[in-house]
Amino acid sequence: MATLTGLVRSILHVPVGGRLPIRRLGVQGLGTTGVRCMATERPSNLKSFKIYRWNPDTPTEEPRMQEYKLDLSKTGPMVLDALIKIKNEVDPTLTFRRSCREGICGSCAMNIDGQNTLACITHISKDQPTKEMLIYPLPHMFVVKDLVPDMTYFYKQYESIKPWLQRKDVLDVNKEILQSPEDRKKLDGLYECILCACCSTACPSYWWNQDAYLGPSVLLQAYRWMADSRDQHLPERLSQMENAFSVYRCHTIMNCTRTCPKHLNPGYAISQIKLLLAKN
Amino acid sequence: MNPRKLSGLQKDALRLYRDCLRAIEKKPEESKARFQAFARHEFEKNIASLRRTDVKAIEHLLRVGRRRLEQYQSPNVRDITIV
Repeated sequence: MATLTGLVRSILHVPVGGRLPIRRLGVQGLGTTGVRCMATERPSNLKSFKIYRWNPDTPTEEPRMQEYKLDLSKTGPMVLDALIKIKNEVDPTLTFRRSCREGICGSCAMNIDGQNTLACITHISKDQPTKEMLIYPLPHMFVVKDLVPDMTYFYKQYESIKPWLQRKDVLDVNKEILQSPEDRKKLDGLYECILCACCSTACPSYWWNQDAYLGPSVLLQAYRWMADSRDQHLPERLSQMENAFSVYRCHTIMNCTRTCPKHLNPGYAISQIKLLLAKN
Repeated sequence: MNPRKLSGLQKDALRLYRDCLRAIEKKPEESKARFQAFARHEFEKNIASLRRTDVKAIEHLLRVGRRRLEQYQSPNVRDITIV
């Protein structure tokens, strides 16, 4: 609810000398909210955001950091709220991916103050109000524009591990494949991954060997299908990993586990794959 | 044989153009000329603004070109128009 009022408030705010906010027309009917806004006017609390900008239309120009100042008393609590406010009211050319604004789609993964995380579930830091927030796209990815990284190769790698249920016996389409509660439990901590690529792009091994090493995020998914009691292609899945790069480029640096915005443990999943490889 | 030694980047650009021409060979006869014009146009439109030393920009454009080639290579893409 706090987020919602923050949003409405930010939408109703007309910047001094700036152009009319794009979405203002849509909420003109919310007169009462506007009145309440005026009543609870808080003192202005400026915070500056430095955001990585690069425009593909002028590829010869170097990327630059652009600074935006926002009044936090008129902005929602999350970094994504700030980005949306900047895009709506200050600079409509700012480009970033976003969708669910609640940490379930993984679109707004970016590097905020040196940490790969989701903008929608990261609070604007209030402990150092004078310090600016630095916002970069995911590190070591090709940039499409501003904060949008090129995920083509990441998705290709994901496809390469065949992330679907593979069965050897003929399926009766009208019958479910059952699983015991214990087997289902093995998937906890694996199926929650939203493929935001925060962990992969935090991994130095992945930075240097993106072409050959699958990266923590994809390996977590690979293990998710290995651990599934209904899947019958474990030997094939393992033999795909039987080389020096796919898994073994993981040197247990554990940046993946530290950075994961969903608090999963890709490092553990990779160690389980290594264990399976050693056993088989 | 070769009058001029090409840099790696120039070779990459030529390779991309050659791959484009090869992909065009697989397109239907009646639209080949249009595909060819499109490929040439895509390469030429950036030439004026680029210097030989704009390595990062050229690399970016080559990546974009690769991706687009992959997309347009699909047999579902049967014709193309430049607007």
